[in-house]
This record gives sequence, structure tokens and C-alpha cells, in this order.
Amino acid sequence: MSEAGSQTVDDAVDDSRRKFLTVATSATAAVGVIFAATPFIESWAPSERAKALGVPISVPLANLEPGQMLTYVWRLKPIYIIRRTAEMVAQLSAHDAQLKDPKSKDSDQPVYAQNEQRARRADIMVMIGICTHLGCLPKAHFDVGDPTPSLGPTWPGGFLCPCHGSRFDLAGRVFDGSPASVNLVIPPYSFPDDNTLLIGDDGTKKGAA
Amino acid sequence: MSNPNEVTKPGFWGWLNRRLPVDAFIKGSLTEYFAPKNFNFWYFFGSLALLVLVMQLLSGIFLAMFYKPGATTAFDSVEFIMREVKYGWLIRYLHTTGASAFFLVVYLHMFRALLYGSYKAPRELLWLFGMIIYLALMAEGFMGYVLPWGNMSYWAATVIINLFSTIPVIGTGLVEWIRGDYGVADATLSRFFSLHVIAIPLILLLLVALHLIALHETGSNNPDGVDVKTTRGADGLPPRDGIPFHPYYTVKDIVGVCFFLTLFCVVVFFVPTMGKLFLEPANFEPADALSTPNPISPSWYFTPYYAILRAVPNKGIGALLLLLAVLSFFFLPWLDRSPVKSIRYRGWIFKSFLTVFTISFLVLMWLGMQEVSTLYVWLARVFAVGYFAFFWLMPWYSRWDPVKPVPERVTYHG
Repeated sequence: MSEAGSQTVDDAVDDSRRKFLTVATSATAAVGVIFAATPFIESWAPSERAKALGVPISVPLANLEPGQMLTYVWRLKPIYIIRRTAEMVAQLSAHDAQLKDPKSKDSDQPVYAQNEQRARRADIMVMIGICTHLGCLPKAHFDVGDPTPSLGPTWPGGFLCPCHGSRFDLAGRVFDGSPASVNLVIPPYSFPDDNTLLIGDDGTKKGAA
Repeated sequence: MSNPNEVTKPGFWGWLNRRLPVDAFIKGSLTEYFAPKNFNFWYFFGSLALLVLVMQLLSGIFLAMFYKPGATTAFDSVEFIMREVKYGWLIRYLHTTGASAFFLVVYLHMFRALLYGSYKAPRELLWLFGMIIYLALMAEGFMGYVLPWGNMSYWAATVIINLFSTIPVIGTGLVEWIRGDYGVADATLSRFFSLHVIAIPLILLLLVALHLIALHETGSNNPDGVDVKTTRGADGLPPRDGIPFHPYYTVKDIVGVCFFLTLFCVVVFFVPTMGKLFLEPANFEPADALSTPNPISPSWYFTPYYAILRAVPNKGIGALLLLLAVLSFFFLPWLDRSPVKSIRYRGWIFKSFLTVFTISFLVLMWLGMQEVSTLYVWLARVFAVGYFAFFWLMPWYSRWDPVKPVPERVTYHG
């Protein structure tokens, strides 16, 4: 429509070439943005120091008497270690009907702790002392029968969360009527010898400290 | 619109305006920007929210000069501000009271939108920007609450961050990524400080700018929900029922500011803790990972959602309903099928649902502050139904609602 000659050729826009360049440049830029964002996102992951402070800890058990509890901090979480008496262990099988998850099917624990005692060894109970409801710390009420109104004379011994009243037995299993819906979490642990507990290590990897 | 032939003004003012459109801006958004003449009490809260934002930025800048983020320094530096920095107590109480005031005026501002249908077309985007501001404000409030590193700060952070663990598959890893450690720790505090003082305030300012630009594009709604133009007509006359924002509403808003600041100062000087509502006793003890405060409850402005969370016996569904309770507001422009905007011309059905919603919100707010008991859990369930019914039954009841005819022009109902 305009005058003939090279002038028109210069003014013409090659739309398909324009489109290709736009799409190719945008795609390259998008990939670049993803790569550039990665270090910033990664910077939020636990630092090397946090990971180093989170290595397995060793707990001597020799002085832990039957019926006593120790609290250790591992990865900023309180770990409850209880040496259960034979009566305590025997009691565990007596109240399955009152539990939400007696077989620990919906709860979080290593495979070796998915049994009635929720433990590698029936006498040593190891669990994370953080209520599975909203993260408060359940308090020990070990005696059978307890004057606390929400526990009462039929209480078989266990834990009561002070925040919202969740109740757990001596294997960390949650009782019916608690706001928490699953049992207390069991961390990975192993026994390098009879009187030593290693929290944070399954004992499966050879040479893992 | 500025006329390019007009820029022949002499002197400095002319020189300046040929380089920066100061005059055009003042005209376009103040003296020649027309707002409906029938604004009432409910229209104070937008400008008050802007005022509180500025107050928070100012007091926050000064607090950041004395506050030291870090698990071992944060709590002590707040005590230092309170006891040893000259007027430090005042600056901190301005900031803590400002946080609560911010939520109060924003809730009233949002309620105004519910009363007069301000979220309805053509103001959907304006409403969405407002709701994103509300989300950003919640994040800002939560992170600010963690900074003093008291025991309530610590446990609030623990409980709130743990909500993310209910997300399937990625939940556990995500929680660890947010905290930067295996529990809430120094890493968490430092990143919350950065987000609280830099990232979120920047986002807030950007969103407020977008909110205002969108507002000036569509113009304000009004208590009658009648369309009022913002610019002069083709005849050069001011729009029907519109008055220039300046001086009419700037002056009116200053009256609101005076009342607001009076009440605000009463709180700052006489009841800064507001009977444990604004500052909780448990937060005057340093953070302790091995001792949970009893009872544990969030700030008052989050308690309606907290009550909904606690009312559900399943943690995952509870977290989902909490999210839905907040996000429901976003859908209002599309849930509301009523032909009228304002409560003045809506029928009894909408009025009943709005009343039920308002009562539910307030009761849930109160329940979220109480220790759980069987009765309260059931009450929370009942009122959560009232809360959600307002939103998710709206497509039906807003259509069945017997509405009244909307007048041609704005009215004065006294």
C-alpha cells in the first residue's frame, strides 16, 4: 500500500519471528529466575550448625530406677525416657478399649516401636514429650488412680497435657475423649549396649555416631 | 486529566509542574476527585487504617534501633527498651497498641463492606486487594508477636508453624524449612525479624497503593449503594451527589482521627496490656522450649479462627477449616447474587444471616480466648456453622432475599 522499495521491507514486522523471540526470551528468563531463587530458598533450610547440634545423643541408663523418668533435649524437643516397672508394662494391655489408636496404626513411630509396648525394650520407653494436638508438654501422672478431676480413681497411669487435657498411657497412646488424635511420636533410637540409649540413631547404619 | 497547553504557569510552581505532575495529582486524587456526599460513621476506618500503618512504621523504625534479634538477646533488649531507653516504654506501647488498633479498624472497615455491599461489582478487585492486605497484616502481626521472644511468643510460633505439618507429604519438611531448625529457634526468630521489618511492610505499602488506585478507579461505594461518579461530567459540573474529597472528607477524617487518637492514647497510657488482651502475662517470661504456658492462646484478633481450629477433633481438618474461614471472605463478590448492595435495601433474610455471622464471629473470638471444655467445644461448633453459613449459603439466600427498590440518588436516613 505504501511506496515500493526497500523502505517498506524495513518497516515490516515479522510477527512469527517476534513471537518466537518473545517466547524464547521469556522462557529463558523464567528458568533463570528459578535458578536464581534456589539459593535464597535453600538458605532457609536448617544450617550446618543446626544439623551438627542435631546429631544423635547418648543417654546412660544405669542410674535410671524402675518407675523413674528422665527428660533429655534432642533437636530442641524434650525426649521422655521412662524405665517402666513390670506392673506398668502389664497394665498396658488392660485398657485397649479406651484408646483411640491401640495398635499405633495412624501414629508416627519407627517400625520397631509399632507394638503393644511401643518400644524396642518393654522396660525402656522413649518418646517425644510433645502433645500431638498442638505441641504442649504432657505432664507425668504415673500412679494408678489420680486425684486430678479429669483422671480419677480408674486412671491407669500415664500423661496429662495441661493445655487441652489430652491423656496418654505409659506407652504414649492417646485415650478416647482427648483432643489429640494420634499417639505421642517415638523418635528413632537404639541400644548400643544394655545401659546406653542412643537417641536419633536407629542403629541400622554401621559406624553412624 | 491535565491539559498540556495549561503548563505555562510562572515561577517555581510552574517550573516544578512542568517536571513533576504535582498539581495534576492533587486535583486528580483530592480536590477534583469526587466522593459520595452521604458517607457516615463507617467510612472513617479506611483513613484510620492508613494512619495506623504510618504510626506502626514510625514506632517500628525506632524500636528496630534498640531491639536485638536473636534467641539470647531479644528478650533482654525488649526489657532494655521498656526500662532504660528514654520513652522506650512509650514507643513500644504505641507499637503493641497499634497492632491491636490496626486489626480493630480493619475489622470495622471490612464490616462496613459487608453492610453496604462494597465488595460487589465493580469493586471485586478492590476487595481482593483489601483481603490480601488483611492476610499480610495477619502474617505481620504473628511475626511481630514472636519477636519479644517471651514464652507465649515461643509457643505461639510453635503451634502456628505446626499447622503447616498437616499438609500431606511435604508438611514435615516445610515446617523444618520455615523454622530453619528442628524446633522454633534462633534461626526462626532472625528470619521473622527480617520479614517483619522489611519484607511484609514493603508488600503492605505496595498493596495499599494498589488498593487506593483501584478505589480511585471505581470510586467509593456509599451507604445507599448508588453509583456516584468521581469526575466532572461532560458539562464541566461536579457529578451528582459527589463532593470533592478535599476539603470535605479530609476535614471530616481529621475529626475521626481526633476521636481515634484520644481513645488510642487512653489505652497506651492507662491500659497498655488491655487486661491481658494486648500483652499477655506469659510473655513477660523468656521463651522456654521445656515449659508450655497454660493456657496457650493467640492474640485476640486471631481467636475466632483459633476457636474453629480447636472445635474440630481432627487436626488436619481443623487446619483446613481455619484456612477456609479466612479465605471465605475472598469469594464474597461472587457468592453474593443480590441485585442490591446496601443493607438499607436488602430484605430480612440477608439481615438475619449477617446478624448470625456477626454474633458468631464475636462469640468465636471470645471462645478462642477461653480454656477448652466440652461445652465450649460444642458452642464453637455451633457458631462455626453460623460463620460458614453466611458465606456458603449466600448464593441461595441472597437471591431469595426480598429486596426493596433502590432510589435514583443517595438519601439521608439520619
